[in-house]
Amino acid sequence: MSEGALSADTMFLIAVLGMASVTYALRAGGYWVMGRLTITPKMRRGLEALPGAIIVSTVLPIILQGGLAVGLCLIVAAIVQLKVKKEYIAVFCAAVAAAGLRAAGL
Amino acid sequence: MLEKNVTLSFKGCVQGALMCVPVFPGVIALGAVFGTVAAQKGLTFVETILMNSIVFAGASQFVAMEVYADPLNWATLIAMVGVTAAVNMRMLLIGASLRPWLGQVPGYQTYPALFLLTDLNWLLTVARYDKGDRDWGIYLGSGLIVWAVWSLSVIPGYFAGSLITDSKAFGLDVVLPAFFVALLVPLWKGKRQTVSWLVAGLVAWATWALVGGYWSIFTGAIAGALAGAYLDE
Repeated sequence: MSEGALSADTMFLIAVLGMASVTYALRAGGYWVMGRLTITPKMRRGLEALPGAIIVSTVLPIILQGGLAVGLCLIVAAIVQLKVKKEYIAVFCAAVAAAGLRAAGL
Repeated sequence: MLEKNVTLSFKGCVQGALMCVPVFPGVIALGAVFGTVAAQKGLTFVETILMNSIVFAGASQFVAMEVYADPLNWATLIAMVGVTAAVNMRMLLIGASLRPWLGQVPGYQTYPALFLLTDLNWLLTVARYDKGDRDWGIYLGSGLIVWAVWSLSVIPGYFAGSLITDSKAFGLDVVLPAFFVALLVPLWKGKRQTVSWLVAGLVAWATWALVGGYWSIFTGAIAGALAGAYLDE
């Protein structure tokens, strides 16, 4: 922020272009490939398993680093999501739980 | 298998856009959270807007911001692009699923439109396709409106977030992992997910303990996908 809100770092711009390019390649790539070959059931199952595997692999280190309070808040999020099936309510409850636990000194 | 009667109309675009209205609160909240995270990480306003509107893939932006460190070096930059690829790998599948519908539409129309592909408008669109709708304006309109709302929602989050000095006291640091957990819950269908997630978790844990950093996202994701692929029905 110190260099001004309207500036942008060159390295950061390269990162954004890299992220955008790889994302577009994936958005268009599956569509492109599908015009040329058939995805085997094994490939399909692997790709279907990917989102869950990514979420687990992303969240687990956050819990390991964040400790008991973070772990409890994420359990709250999972339970609320099971009950009401609304992501924004689950997130809100987890944040409230985190604020409460921190206020209690955990 | 290609659909012959595929049309594109302004009416379809408006229909697609209107279908997205109920999910606006979710999109706006998430976009605002991204603005807050970006501000906390020290991104400038322009950097935040550029990443949000050009990459246009919520979960991967958040994970990339977890990796980001200022000043940005090449190793971190490559890691940001790598985790973006890993998180967005699922777009290969959802893009592939659009082929039967859009295969007859000229490439100069479909390939630019694929920039707008997100889980959200894909889910909404495919539901209409199942009901017999063949106007691909539904896809285009829903993609455009979600992109516009997402692009604008980051602005209040960026500035309001800057006002909050202690994010932990407000529980803002758990917003992102909590959102991931909320997305994970409906993905569970049975034994296949249990095994795949356990494998992903164990490999991610081991990687985190041995190597540290964010490599656990790669290794865990690949291990979980392989487990899912090789499990029998």
